[in-house]
Amino acid sequence: MQDLKPLREAILNGDAKAAHDFVEKALAAGAEPLPLVHDAMVPAMDEVGRRFECNEYFVPELLISARAMKSALELLRPLLIARGAQPAGRVVIGTVKGDLHDIGKNLVAAMLEGGGFDVVDLGVNVSPDQFVKAVKEKGANIVAMSALLTTTMPSMKGTIEALKQAGVREQVKVLVGGAPITQKYADEIGADGYSDNAPGAVSLAKKQLAAKA
Amino acid sequence: MNDFIQQLLADGPVVTDGAWGTELQARGLQSGELPDAWNLEHPERVVSVARAYVEAGSRVILTNTFGANRLRLGGHALANRVSEINRAGVQLSRQAAASAAHVFASIGPTGKMLLSGETTIEELRAAFAEQAQALAEGGADAIVIETMSDLDEAKAAIAAVKATGLPVVACAVFDAGKDKDRTMMGATPEQVARELTEAGADVVGANCGVGIERYVPVCQRLKTATDRPIWIKANAGLPVMVDGRVTYRTTPEEFAGHMPALLAAGASFIGGCCGANPEFIRAVKTHLTARS
Repeated sequence: MQDLKPLREAILNGDAKAAHDFVEKALAAGAEPLPLVHDAMVPAMDEVGRRFECNEYFVPELLISARAMKSALELLRPLLIARGAQPAGRVVIGTVKGDLHDIGKNLVAAMLEGGGFDVVDLGVNVSPDQFVKAVKEKGANIVAMSALLTTTMPSMKGTIEALKQAGVREQVKVLVGGAPITQKYADEIGADGYSDNAPGAVSLAKKQLAAKA
Repeated sequence: MNDFIQQLLADGPVVTDGAWGTELQARGLQSGELPDAWNLEHPERVVSVARAYVEAGSRVILTNTFGANRLRLGGHALANRVSEINRAGVQLSRQAAASAAHVFASIGPTGKMLLSGETTIEELRAAFAEQAQALAEGGADAIVIETMSDLDEAKAAIAAVKATGLPVVACAVFDAGKDKDRTMMGATPEQVARELTEAGADVVGANCGVGIERYVPVCQRLKTATDRPIWIKANAGLPVMVDGRVTYRTTPEEFAGHMPALLAAGASFIGGCCGANPEFIRAVKTHLTARS
């Protein structure tokens, strides 16, 4: 079997071109797509998360690794779909109503995409109704909300209420994050999970879906 | 050292101001409403925040212009009023300061990330140049670049302020990493102090992010890497929800209790950020007065 180390290294180093080229060549040589993902790319992103936890990696490294992952995944996605492989999950993500801050939200979206999730990014200033509508239309199983302002945090609760009223609360896991958010606040408003960093959001999303299944 | 800054520090450390956002909310600013727009819509309420800090003993007050750059104002369809909002912001603080305080005008980050390609360095330079120019025209004594996570963005802002000839304070926010002593981009206090000094900052510092206890070691580390005075404005701890309302647990007395350590760490300009209201400034002032 082909040595996957260069692919793993390319993602760890955030080298999008190397990751893309490796996958392109491997596929041309007849490699199966799934082992590339499971044996090299996903473990590489796990390692990125571990290095982030250890203060070896910071946001710039996360971003470039996620970008390398994405460039490789783009080649693989059509083949994975053709083989009936499912995405890790479908996420509807947005910064809550009244809040225009998107750096944290974009980072989490990039990491989730790198983690194999289908991500529907609703942008900033997203109302509870917009979240509900997107969940229904896209058949999402995760709702991820971000807030940077203490004044906009309460809109997270509003969205959870709206999901309940629309009868789709049970269909989704609700994840929250952002500078002023805490685990305690997440518990108080009835969210399913909280992460204080972007790689943590990916493992949280996976854990939540596994618990649900 | 810059002459104006040196003169200001001649009698020892200087008390700056506290949070503006939370004070404006107490005066009716709604969730999601842009604070900077109040310079035109509710100037009297903006003056009353500035006045509360002057009365509490601030010798340096900032301005309600943190988000008044083209990229942020654009999100509220106010991109064509950048100059007006910034000039008004300086004038309102000036009105409250009279001869009791100096006005250091605030420039915050644009909220767009260079690294992800959401913006370019050219776009940042143009946005900061426009804002700095308007703040200088409004009559600011100096300009404070605050809450920066990305050194490249901070440097673009420093260059813009330098072009106006005003003294420049440049601060980063340290809230990342397991010890919360890095910027979001991973820069250490030493690296921040060194790079901001090289870029021409007259004062370097840290603001927002974490509670004051964590900014004592950050201050110390900034100090080791620069010969410039240090500016520290910490939060009143992290916000907690109490009965559905956002509350900061640190009290003014607890906050001021960290003054000996912060002064020993080398801070020259001391104030507060999120959650620190005029009572915090009064407590800091009392402490500094008792010491001298």
